[in-house]
Amino acid sequence: MTSGDLAGIVALTLGVAARAVGIGLPLAIATAWLLARRPFRGKSLLQAAIHLPMVLPPVVTGWLLLLLFGIEGPMGRLLWQAFGIRLPFTSAGAALACGVMVFPLMVRAIRLALEAVDPGLEDAARTLGAGPLDRFLTITLPLATPGILLAAVLGYTASLGEFGAVITFAANIPGQTQTLPLAIYQALQVPGGEALAAKLSLVSLGLAACGLLLSERLGARLAR
Amino acid sequence: MPGELGVSIRLRRPGRLCLPGPSAGAERPQTPFRWLVASTRSQVTGSGAFRPQRVQGGALAAGGAFTLDIAFTTPTPGVTALFGPSGAGKSTLLACLAGLIRPDHADIRLDGEPLHTLPPERRGIGMVFQDGRLFPHLTVRQNLAYGMRRSSRPGMTLDEIASLLGLGTLLGRAPATLSGGERQRVALGRALLAHPKLLLMDEPLASLDHARRQEILPYLRQTVARAKIPVLYVTHARDEVLRLADHLALIDQGRLQAFGTLSQLAANPTLAWSHADEAGGVLLGTIAAHHPERGLSRVHCQGADWLVPQSTAAIGQGARLFIPAREIMLATARPENVSVNNILPARIETIVAEPDRHGALIALDIAGNKLLSRVTQDAVTRLGLHEGAPVFALVKSMSLEVLS
Repeated sequence: MTSGDLAGIVALTLGVAARAVGIGLPLAIATAWLLARRPFRGKSLLQAAIHLPMVLPPVVTGWLLLLLFGIEGPMGRLLWQAFGIRLPFTSAGAALACGVMVFPLMVRAIRLALEAVDPGLEDAARTLGAGPLDRFLTITLPLATPGILLAAVLGYTASLGEFGAVITFAANIPGQTQTLPLAIYQALQVPGGEALAAKLSLVSLGLAACGLLLSERLGARLAR
Repeated sequence: MPGELGVSIRLRRPGRLCLPGPSAGAERPQTPFRWLVASTRSQVTGSGAFRPQRVQGGALAAGGAFTLDIAFTTPTPGVTALFGPSGAGKSTLLACLAGLIRPDHADIRLDGEPLHTLPPERRGIGMVFQDGRLFPHLTVRQNLAYGMRRSSRPGMTLDEIASLLGLGTLLGRAPATLSGGERQRVALGRALLAHPKLLLMDEPLASLDHARRQEILPYLRQTVARAKIPVLYVTHARDEVLRLADHLALIDQGRLQAFGTLSQLAANPTLAWSHADEAGGVLLGTIAAHHPERGLSRVHCQGADWLVPQSTAAIGQGARLFIPAREIMLATARPENVSVNNILPARIETIVAEPDRHGALIALDIAGNKLLSRVTQDAVTRLGLHEGAPVFALVKSMSLEVLS
């Protein structure tokens, strides 16, 4: 494997994680807000559904994604017929798998951040004429921003390491869906691949450490 | 333009569960019956965020049931104080009026226009909270402008409010750097700049120490008077009532105990609040003359003139006098050679015994001025005081407090 390949793998991994968080974060904010602020029936059901990927074997999550988003699956067929989008065995599919896996992590962190915003401030904004979306955008969201950034960094860092769901749903296709952990796995399957695996692992370690340091600093800012 | 504000609120809740909202930052308990709590919570409007610790207390009676049933009509503009012990339901009443809690029944009419049919953010009802609730991520100026930018009603400008409330030097500061008094001034300015049709104030000075309160009260009076809107002012501090209120609603256990003008209620000996140590009458008059050679001013109130320590107010200006009940002596004949400056003929209207202190609370009519005098039971017997009897009321100038 050349250094070009290595750079390609890293770029692919970073891109997949970015897409996972980019699409997952707004959804996570909306979900966390529902859980933190809105009373509704079936809240625990939603909560359980979101947390499922945390406790299921990742392979099962990947397989469920295949059933849902595969060409024959209900969602997959809809996406293909309506938009010509195919998810399994593509980098977009890898991003979806990563996004689903880190979703509960992000929702949890954002929910804590939203719950830490004094509802009294939202009440005050309300008496000053701010409607629901206005209140959310001008009061709740800015005050929860450090927590939301933390959630994004955590989600991004965790995305970099997703394995089971990605390999099941998106397969291990070099240059398309082969992210760092998948490349490490493949290197270890080949006799004499330890050197490459070590090199890739080192990169992985570096990225993870960066992510943790960043989240640590954000966390310290939050605690203030 | 004078009009009237009519409010009627009824709220009955079986227990605590119904006054919901997470306390800030805390994880909600993860019980298996969370869904139950959640569905009860849905009875509350909007964010469901009115925190229970603000509204509990006496109104949550022994059985845990919460009942609030209050209705009154008050002239506008003017300050109507809602006075009562903590937990009487005063704050809950305000939260219902603002729409932060949805009561079982609400009817709010300002000059005939119903406000309760509108969502809280469109009612034009401003609120000043006890804890200020300034937005911590915005500067003082941005806080002040928050409601103003969302209001289409005309009213005072930011510069006017800033100079009225002395906020000029604070505009660029962050709320966290302000003192308690400054914070409440900003909160008042922010509420007024939304140009509300009605202003609710929920114990705005309760978190301040005595000195700060004395400092902020004049600002409050002036600013509220300038805004020319009806104000409902919740407090359990008597001096705030005496200084600010035009009308008074006495509230206890979620019910209206009495409603009337401040002068009326302050001189009514049958009300529980008149039996407090600090009870006394309030007179509204005008400065009639200054007597610099004597160091006195003359205040004219209906048919009587009162001599008070010389005031700095201009002649013709309104003056509010507070006369503590224990500072009024009674005599059956006009005494000679006493230091007392105010010796006025009076008539006894009612006598209410105060067995706890071996005393009696006597309601007096002094040429239309209604006042209370507290004397010993012994004095009542000794002088043969009875309802309808003519007496002389003796009040030292030094005992008269000019509140404004």
